[in-house]
Amino acid sequence: MGLRRGGSRVNNTQQAYLSKLQRKLDEGKFAITCEIGPPKGADQEEIKESASYLKDLADGINVTDLQSSVMRMGSLTTCTLLKQWGYEPVLQMTTRDRNRLMIQSDLLSAYVMGIRNVLALTGDYTNIGDHPQTKPVYDLDSVQLLWTIKTLEEGKDLVGNDLTCSPQFFKGAVVNPGADSEAAYELQIIKMKKKIIMGAQFFQTQAIFDAETFKRFMERMEKEKINVPILAGIILLKSKGMANYMNKFVPGVFVPNNLIERMDKTDDKVATCIEIASELINEVKPYCSGIHIQALGWEKHIPSIVANIR
Amino acid sequence: MILTEFKPVEEILEKLGAEKKIFILGCGGCPEGAETGGKKVLNEMKDTLEQKGLEITGLIEIDFLCQKSLIRSRIKPRKEEINAADSILVFSCGLGVQASAEVMDKVCHPALNTITFGGITGMWQGKERCDTCGNCILDLTGGICPYTACPKTLENGACAGQSNDKCETDPERDCGWVLIYNNLKRIGKLELLDKFIPPRDYRKELPTAKLRNSKLWAYDEEVAE
Repeated sequence: MGLRRGGSRVNNTQQAYLSKLQRKLDEGKFAITCEIGPPKGADQEEIKESASYLKDLADGINVTDLQSSVMRMGSLTTCTLLKQWGYEPVLQMTTRDRNRLMIQSDLLSAYVMGIRNVLALTGDYTNIGDHPQTKPVYDLDSVQLLWTIKTLEEGKDLVGNDLTCSPQFFKGAVVNPGADSEAAYELQIIKMKKKIIMGAQFFQTQAIFDAETFKRFMERMEKEKINVPILAGIILLKSKGMANYMNKFVPGVFVPNNLIERMDKTDDKVATCIEIASELINEVKPYCSGIHIQALGWEKHIPSIVANIR
Repeated sequence: MILTEFKPVEEILEKLGAEKKIFILGCGGCPEGAETGGKKVLNEMKDTLEQKGLEITGLIEIDFLCQKSLIRSRIKPRKEEINAADSILVFSCGLGVQASAEVMDKVCHPALNTITFGGITGMWQGKERCDTCGNCILDLTGGICPYTACPKTLENGACAGQSNDKCETDPERDCGWVLIYNNLKRIGKLELLDKFIPPRDYRKELPTAKLRNSKLWAYDEEVAE
């Protein structure tokens, strides 16, 4: 046990587990993270299966936190299981369902369970989920969540009480390079800078389908002298219907017509999906530090995509 | 009657920061009853701020600040005093600050916190809404309340959920943060968005028993004595 600022201790045994994702990005190597959603039920088999496809190829497995405000098993528990099974989990944490007491408590719990990566999010609004009647919390926003993590790392809680032992995380946040108006785009950049000041060490982007949009965003990053690692978000396009749905309902996501047509005309949806994702990854690869793949249940096809990365 | 209370003078001075030339805008409506407004109070406040080294370029009381067209007509002859100021200090409820911020070309700092509406939402009801949270930060958000204009009550900027500048919760609803961005851009104060706003103090939504038992809170017979 060593002493830290604020008088709290760092448990050296626990400190031995550093973030593998951080190490990879620090070394400047191309990182691949994937995302899995916990099941709607008290069953771990589905998680085990999804994760098994990602063994030895994912540098981190993001676990969603009641994604789209749909009730399911928790992110913290799923990350704990993944850690026990030998994976590198990334704990997604939204501020939608927890107040500042529970957020701090869950962060301490996560550290004790060996979780070293946290992705700070606000979370989709409750009315789009399967419990639209619920009371949204939003006691903190995502910038304040990063500030909370930073405060805990400094050995204090949010009101200045000393912690007996402080956690240490590799902290991530999200940004949308496809914001569709001047105001929305500038608001993304302004908030991104605030997130970096509050300790964000890496970013995942909203899903991109247009490499040009991503390139323009990365040019802006260069202009703003923002050099934190950025992982380009890749969603597997499973069908024409899914593309149309996303264009209509998922904010900040734009699937170009040529991709929709390819999905429409193909006889082999899986092969075309893999082809599109692989092309996109190879196009954005020179501009980013890594990719973040959202397979939405098609985790078993991720190895074929990764094999195509040049 | 809408009940407001003074922000501590230290907090007001901190908000004003390097802005030393101030125009005072007071509401002659509810604040007069709550003793947070009225000519006497505003003049006392002017003296206090001058003693703290501020220059008051002018002072005007308007009944009511929730009425935007009234503000527009009453400030016309006072343009010079307003132009000479770095910013505006507003003595009114959150609705008055929001209405003033839409009319003015300068940052409008709230001098008061709003405690309760006592059953009304402004004498001239406009689109402004106040959450009576007691933590007023309208000067940092272009006079648009992030608690009532954003369903997620975000304090440090927009989420990524908006589409065509509309909210993810309702395609007919304007994104509150886009409105904030646009108004701050209009008055040339986008840099205010860089400031980190800490989480709000929810205790301020719980008025003290003393206040709840006063005539300012309710005109119930048992407390009206």
